[in-house]
Amino acid sequence: MSDLLRQQFVLGYTYTRSTGPVVGRFLTELRQRKIVGTRGDDGRVFVPPMEFDPVTASALDEFVEVSDRGEVVSWCWISEPRDSHPFDEPFAWALVLLDGADVPMVHAVAAPEAEMHTGMRVQARWSEEPRGYITDIACFEPEVTQGEG
Amino acid sequence: MSEETTSSEDDITAIETPVYLTYNFTAGEATTRFLHQVRKGKVMGQRCPGCGNVYAPARGSCAACGLPTSEEVELGNKATVQSFTIVWIPIPNNPIQPPYIVANLVPDGANISFIHLMSECDNDSVHIGQRVEAVWKPEEEWDYAMDNIRYFRPLDEPDVPIEMIGKVPLSGWEGKA
Ligand SMILES: [Zn+2]
Repeated sequence: MSDLLRQQFVLGYTYTRSTGPVVGRFLTELRQRKIVGTRGDDGRVFVPPMEFDPVTASALDEFVEVSDRGEVVSWCWISEPRDSHPFDEPFAWALVLLDGADVPMVHAVAAPEAEMHTGMRVQARWSEEPRGYITDIACFEPEVTQGEG
Repeated sequence: MSEETTSSEDDITAIETPVYLTYNFTAGEATTRFLHQVRKGKVMGQRCPGCGNVYAPARGSCAACGLPTSEEVELGNKATVQSFTIVWIPIPNNPIQPPYIVANLVPDGANISFIHLMSECDNDSVHIGQRVEAVWKPEEEWDYAMDNIRYFRPLDEPDVPIEMIGKVPLSGWEGKA
């Protein structure tokens, strides 16, 4: 009996997804380095924008620009990044509550593990060539306030 | 809003979100045996000692009887179309241009079909029961892969009636079993 045959192969699903008008607007704004959410019926601002109010189910179409700075409300350290992760170096997945938003969004935070903490202030690092993807925000990193750095 | 004038690009309406699944496929003993023969230009089936069915490519056991299929049977170069479809959508990075035929083919001497391509045929006249034969790549290109057979092409032989598909003996089909 000869040795068992083995082979690597990649199964690829080359999807193109329609964004719809709300997520499309979010991505179009990202391309201009702006972050927008939608305002819900109770006044809360959802970022990324939701198409429908989670309580009343009514269609949401009031867009609100929020800051590209905010606060980490929860995080998880990735000590061994995988191929599909945005960085080769260890980083954090975090829920970031942007200033002006009422719900946090998930994104990567590039910072030393020792600096990571709930409540830490972060700011977006924009990609060099934004093209209308969530990765137009390359990551969040510790906030640099005026007078620092 | 002053930046609006700099935005001459269209609004985003769609994004590319590919998913790539990276497999490390282990053929297993039965398929390894099969591929070693394909490497030599032979299509082998395995016969079930219970029901006598011949499977190709075999998985090493009979799904109906649960018995190991250790007896190897060399199959013919001819096959019968059990079913087929005409593919109109191009496969990214695949050199085959649509429309082309993908068919379930039962090789002579076997009782189940495998999937392969058909070519050198008029797509509109391909039909169930049609007789076909394998067109192999040049021997120096043979590898451990079913695409050593480039495709199957029609034979000038009488059709196999539907109830006889999957029952054609290794000796072939000349209009009778
Ligand atoms: Zn059986």
